[in-house]
Amino acid sequence: MNLAWYWTALIAFVIVNFLLISASVLVYAERKVSGYMQNRPGPNRVGPFGFLQPFADVVKLVFKENIVPALANPFVHSLAPMMMVVIAMTAGALIPFAHNVVIADMDVSVLVLLALTSISVYGVTLAGWSSNSKYSLLGGLRSSAQMISYELSMGLSVLSVVLIASSLSLTEIVTDQAGGWGILGWNVFRNPIGAILFIVTAFAETNRAPFDLPEAEQELVGGYHTEYSGMKFGMFFLAEYVNFFIASFVIVTLFFGGYMLPFESLILAQWPALAGSIPLMIMQIGTVIIKAGFFAYVFIWVRWTLPRFKYQQLMTLGWKYLLPIALVNAMLVAVGVMIFS
Amino acid sequence: MLSDFIPFFIQLGIAVGLSFTLLKAAALIGPKRDNVIKMTSYESGMDPIGSARERYSVKFYLVAMIFIVFDVEIVFLYPWAVSFDEFIAAGAGPGVMAVVLFFVIILAIGLVYDIKKGGLEFD
Repeated sequence: MNLAWYWTALIAFVIVNFLLISASVLVYAERKVSGYMQNRPGPNRVGPFGFLQPFADVVKLVFKENIVPALANPFVHSLAPMMMVVIAMTAGALIPFAHNVVIADMDVSVLVLLALTSISVYGVTLAGWSSNSKYSLLGGLRSSAQMISYELSMGLSVLSVVLIASSLSLTEIVTDQAGGWGILGWNVFRNPIGAILFIVTAFAETNRAPFDLPEAEQELVGGYHTEYSGMKFGMFFLAEYVNFFIASFVIVTLFFGGYMLPFESLILAQWPALAGSIPLMIMQIGTVIIKAGFFAYVFIWVRWTLPRFKYQQLMTLGWKYLLPIALVNAMLVAVGVMIFS
Repeated sequence: MLSDFIPFFIQLGIAVGLSFTLLKAAALIGPKRDNVIKMTSYESGMDPIGSARERYSVKFYLVAMIFIVFDVEIVFLYPWAVSFDEFIAAGAGPGVMAVVLFFVIILAIGLVYDIKKGGLEFD
């Protein structure tokens, strides 16, 4: 889109606020869903059905004292949560929400997304190191090793998508999935192993259960955010929820047709006037949010269903299973592209 | 094109502004009542023993080194993935594929060697 910079800034501002609100909704959803899964009601006191609980939590966090341990490195101690929030929020600029509705429509948005994923390792590691506490250090070390291990398989599964679309632009990856009958053009049908690999590694990259070793409560108290209190802790919390919502958006964009309605090509063949119109755009935005919401639900569902891995199981899974599978899958996809093109 | 990046940096600026606001607001509003006990690092209620800036297992360094090798490999594969269909259109598909397979197999041998040497055992 060629808009004046202030319009871009306004839309970016709206997206950041959308992500903030959706993080609160996801916190509420997580607590409510986990409540029902454990046969208890979950939050139900603040507002109707407890819906205002996350907002009350934010107000509480803002009014709490910000404690920096005496031995900690104060600058890095505040830099780490800032980094996490900035990265989580910036990734929102790359997601196409509808046809031509994307803040930063770059030719290399896939690479930028992978770069942002890599930088978020720093946030966790610096938080663990700067606190100068043993629990934090162990959590930070574990998570840096975990995140870089799973980043390889993630990069290779994204590579297989890039091979199919032969483009590094997320918009073109979405439009490339329009072919085929109905929903069969989606990458999840053309590249199912890549889709499974990406979903598994997305869990590991966002430090969500069953890969939440960096903050394993039973062994490490709080992991890398043991020494954080008040709003700084709140920022880690916010970044975690925004991150897994963004991860759901990326899963949808890469493998589940992005903003495209199911059977969109058939609908457009039936009503050609719809193409490029405002109602279609609104339906596309709704579609991508519903799809991403489903995957956000899967993230919550898995967290309250599966137990946590042991550390050596995690490393074995990442290096000895996922990485070879991802390599072979990328090569098979390349051969497939060669045969079918 | 470089101008495509401007919206990205606008969003980056807004995100930085947001996180600054959150930090500053909390620092202004929140109470400040320090005491010695509150400022010590948490160690399950004990007085902290020694510093946390200790040496740690060499395994983590090994993982980081192997990561760099494989990450660079994947970065090398991306330009090929983007332009592979042009190679196919030019009729050079099988040849390019063979070269890439050769490259990947060399690195796969490296991975197998590393696993056999026990570089990734965390038990």
